[in-house]
Amino acid sequence: MPAPAERRIIFRHIDEPGYSRDLACYQRNGGYTTLRKALAMAPAAIIDEVKKSGLRGRGGAGFGCGLKWSLVDRKSGKPIYLVVNADESEPGTFKDRYIIHQDPHQLIEGIMISCWANNVKQAYIYIRGEFPHGARILEEAIAEARAAGLVGPNILGSGYGCEIYVHRGAGAYICGEETGLIESLEGKRPYPRIKPPYFPAVLGLYQCPTIVNNVETLCHVKYIVEVGGEAFAQIGTPNNTGTRILCVSGHVQRPGYYEYEVGRITLGQLLHEVCGGPLPGRKFKAVIPGGSSAKILRWGESFTLKNKDGSSRTLAVEDLPMDFDTMAACGTMGGSGGVIVMDDSVNMVEALANINAFYAHESCGQCTPCREGSLWMKRITSRMVHGDARAEDGALLRSVADQIAGRTICAFGEACSWPTQSFVAKFGDEFTAYPAAKRAPRPEGAAELA
Amino acid sequence: MNLKPETLRRIDEVITHYPVKRSAVLMLLHAIQEDIGHLPPEAVQWVAAKLELQPINVQEVVTFYPMFRQHPIGRRHIKVCRTLSCALRGAYGTCATFEKEFSTKRGEVSPDGEVTIEFVECLASCGTAPIVMIDDELHENVDPAAARGLSDGIKAEAARRG
Ligand SMILES: Cc1cc2nc3c(=O)[nH]c(=O)nc-3n(C[C@H](O)[C@H](O)[C@H](O)COP(=O)(O)O)c2cc1C
Ligand code: SF4
Ligand code: FES
Repeated sequence: MPAPAERRIIFRHIDEPGYSRDLACYQRNGGYTTLRKALAMAPAAIIDEVKKSGLRGRGGAGFGCGLKWSLVDRKSGKPIYLVVNADESEPGTFKDRYIIHQDPHQLIEGIMISCWANNVKQAYIYIRGEFPHGARILEEAIAEARAAGLVGPNILGSGYGCEIYVHRGAGAYICGEETGLIESLEGKRPYPRIKPPYFPAVLGLYQCPTIVNNVETLCHVKYIVEVGGEAFAQIGTPNNTGTRILCVSGHVQRPGYYEYEVGRITLGQLLHEVCGGPLPGRKFKAVIPGGSSAKILRWGESFTLKNKDGSSRTLAVEDLPMDFDTMAACGTMGGSGGVIVMDDSVNMVEALANINAFYAHESCGQCTPCREGSLWMKRITSRMVHGDARAEDGALLRSVADQIAGRTICAFGEACSWPTQSFVAKFGDEFTAYPAAKRAPRPEGAAELA
Repeated sequence: MNLKPETLRRIDEVITHYPVKRSAVLMLLHAIQEDIGHLPPEAVQWVAAKLELQPINVQEVVTFYPMFRQHPIGRRHIKVCRTLSCALRGAYGTCATFEKEFSTKRGEVSPDGEVTIEFVECLASCGTAPIVMIDDELHENVDPAAARGLSDGIKAEAARRG
């Protein structure tokens, strides 16, 4: 079956010749008419449309956006904040970058609509520190919008006012985790908070009710208000609605970003037809489907999945539809949409050593299992690739990982143990074979995948 | 500490963006580091006084976040992404090329003071790996040949400066 055509909604204008990121160009293309429409609607009606749309968050967890909004404490009398998660720090993910750099007003319109819907008077965009130009572009776009009465007091003459400010991070992955992000926005170390009681919807920024949404999610909100929740729900597949941007990197002919209806394209179609297949003379070996934290899939494995009516079906890995529910049913996750491809030139011990170095560097250090465990996993895989691999290392890695997941304050505990658990489970033979291969010791530090 | 008037203006403006002054810590540190190149102890003291905090409240931020640095670096900052997608596409070779071109090791200032080379984690541009950032500029598809080209550019600029 040939791959379906891309359906560009959020990325409609990305890389379009002649399209520029200024307000005039955005408005020539219909920009901010949806904000005008939204301001004529009752806020509750907008939340209703978002609920009907079935939109799930695009930042990683795939949590229902309408449900998240309905959990906001609206009785506390405290201000409600909206915080845009533009940290884009999950390895393998590179979509929000293009929205910010090439179409910032799409995001700003999505933010203003979401603020109106939730009675928010102050929004912050938390952008990773490594996007200095992105931060400047957003500031300029906000200034333009403010000058045109689209942001600030009395938006479009409606009497409603809302400000947006840009806040820069400084290179720490854990700031992508929503409560770590909030701490960082308060000017502190980004130590994630314990839930309960610190659910952002109740006790978020400055202990006020707070909504944290990903950049792409808020652009979808704009589109939902444009076409209506029911029309949006027709796109994609049931419970996996709309389009999403899939970011493909690693060993394919045409890596890049592609927007598809959720669940309407299979992993095989994406990698073979859209991305041109493996590099010359190579074969696919493994795929991480949703950012480096997601559990790895082995090329060639198959999955038996339950149908709604209780029967079951067996799907080869290349026939898996790329949606939240299928990925979860296969023991991994759609996550952030970052698809990382490895071919048969890759040794899985070395690939895991690379990933483990990332997590050991990024643990915030609050919880002992995560701080010590991520370091141990890094040390073991690093020792292995430096010529001192032992037969029991696979089992040792598994036992360390198993003692982290589920025992930590934040989901980083899972994020750092899932790679190790899944690599060892699915490529155990390579971990066993590694000591016998007696690889030449690598120069100190030059190790992984050099 | 001698901050440019423009930096001071930006700092006063950004403090007004938050209902709680402390929130401005990261933005102030960025502004100062951009102005003077790193964050010496005086910068920590200055930010603490400006935001009515204890110096430790600022120091703990400086020491946690990888982008903040307490010591001067080379004139140009070469950051090579080493995370999985870039490594799969040869980032370690890219980094070794820069090290050779400037006769230096990762984490050190090159002997001529021209560059500091560092590994960094995923820069969110994995589709065009390997990725390198030189100061604020992103460079895509930086294989060893491209790394030599970028190095030549930096050296030529240094020669022009004399
Ligand atoms: C370790 C960790 C890192 C994360 N990094 C990001 C990130 O870079 N960007 C993002 O949008 N969400 C990230 N998330 C998810 C956020 O915590 C949060 O779920 C998300 O911003 C909610 O927005 P959404 O509902 O629109 O997806 C991360 C989560 C964890 C546990
Ligand atoms: S799980 Fe890890 S990253 Fe999350 S709070 Fe604990 S130590 Fe920090
Ligand atoms: S892994 Fe290098 S940019 Fe993402």
